[in-house]
Amino acid sequence: MTSPSAESSGRLPDAFLRPGSSSFVDFLGEHAPDLLPGNRPAGTTGTAAELAPHATTIVALTFGDDESGRGVVMAGDRRATMGNLIASREIEKVFAADDYSAVGIAGSAGIALELVRLFQLELEHYEKIEGSQLSLDGKANRLAAIIRGNLPLALQGLAVVPLFGGFDLDRSGGRLFSYDVTGGRYEEHDHHSVGSGSVFARGSLKKRWRHGLDADAAVAVAVEALYDAADDDSATGGPDTVRRIWPVVATVTADGYRRVADDALADVVEQIVAERREGGARA
Amino acid sequence: MNMPFYVSPEQLMKDRADFARKGIGRGRSVVVLAYDDGIAFATENPSRALHKISEIYDRIAFAAVGKYNEFENLRVAGVRYADLRGYSYDRTDVTARGLANAYAQTLGTVFTTESKPLEVELVVAEVGATQDDDQLYRLSYDGSVADEHGFVVMGGQADQLTSRVRDGWEPGMDLAGVLRLAVRTLGAVNTDGSVAGEGQEREISAAGLEVAVLDRRRARRAFRRWQGDALARLLHGDD
Repeated sequence: MTSPSAESSGRLPDAFLRPGSSSFVDFLGEHAPDLLPGNRPAGTTGTAAELAPHATTIVALTFGDDESGRGVVMAGDRRATMGNLIASREIEKVFAADDYSAVGIAGSAGIALELVRLFQLELEHYEKIEGSQLSLDGKANRLAAIIRGNLPLALQGLAVVPLFGGFDLDRSGGRLFSYDVTGGRYEEHDHHSVGSGSVFARGSLKKRWRHGLDADAAVAVAVEALYDAADDDSATGGPDTVRRIWPVVATVTADGYRRVADDALADVVEQIVAERREGGARA
Repeated sequence: MNMPFYVSPEQLMKDRADFARKGIGRGRSVVVLAYDDGIAFATENPSRALHKISEIYDRIAFAAVGKYNEFENLRVAGVRYADLRGYSYDRTDVTARGLANAYAQTLGTVFTTESKPLEVELVVAEVGATQDDDQLYRLSYDGSVADEHGFVVMGGQADQLTSRVRDGWEPGMDLAGVLRLAVRTLGAVNTDGSVAGEGQEREISAAGLEVAVLDRRRARRAFRRWQGDALARLLHGDD
């Protein structure tokens, strides 16, 4: 019953039948370590940062009150850059991690997308094997472990910095978590932003965020924060009214993850642009 | 040192098969039925935590009878198989056929080479775009695979229950229809293991049932459990 003969006979390898872990990442590490993003042999010289497209700004905020229900909004612009070129105008950087959480990514786009895929699978795998969902803290910790695994590539300039938000079913509220490249996990309150335009987005969020925003108002605040980021950061894409490409905006509430429809976003953008056109400064 | 007695291969296989069949026959049955919008699974199982029916992948589910620790082990292996395959290739490349093959090889190898066969019987089902695309594989303790159409009954008294289902099932039934048939069929087995006549079935309450469906109308993950009031309403037809 050695595994090479198991592979050739078509039967399930022993690693599949071993009782124990509910983690897909742990299973990959044991059975197919080469498929883990962090386990690739990293080159020893120089940085790879200029070779790969880079994804930029993500914003997230909590909203709601006890009466109307709480949740989080997460939004990401649609631009990926490579040096001073625009690598993509319609990359998507905000994803449903599972039914009750969302993850947005900034950093090296290709690796970030792979980490998101792994993270989504990690949560689904646990859910299927255990028959129940991880707690929101558990999900946040699993993401931290995945980001930590990417540290060797981060040191080569291929860093991925996610923003994680979800609805905590135990506490009935939205919560946000930010990360650093070493897998450090930090709970954020009310609002947060990551990526190259985050400085400007955060300034905007600080002025516009209020306690007890409703979902629609929170979506407008998120879109405006991205608008401000795109205004000052060349790597962040603003809403593209010509091609009709809008940011990816999602809400997570007790009802689950829901992506905001493009039509609704077009109206939000129209309103922001109109306000700035009329009363806005030239600066 | 004693020489082992010679046992003919026929006798050896027969003994193992009898042993496995006995183990499987002791358990309660699982009924799997195709309906217009998917595939339904039902069994009598008062536990909310120890499942006999589970999700494997987006369009694939698993049902088992026999020894819990053995089929639970196979279920977890199936989830790992499917998730690994979907991660290395694509989600659409995970098929019930591939999984059924891997299970068949595993069951077959254990049956012939290990000291004890696995006392389990499995169904691997995949819901397709239409009822004609649905796939139902039934796997036995010895690794044999049967490609079934429409319905499967596994577990104790499977033969008698299968003929009942055959009489009651037709293509294109709705979910409530197939579930009522499933519950009638499961209720036909008395608590002492004897099979009751037509019309003499036990009532099984919704709380005593484990019911799940693969619903082809659902976007990605087709698997859904039915329980509690929703199930009771569905069975009594007043929703």
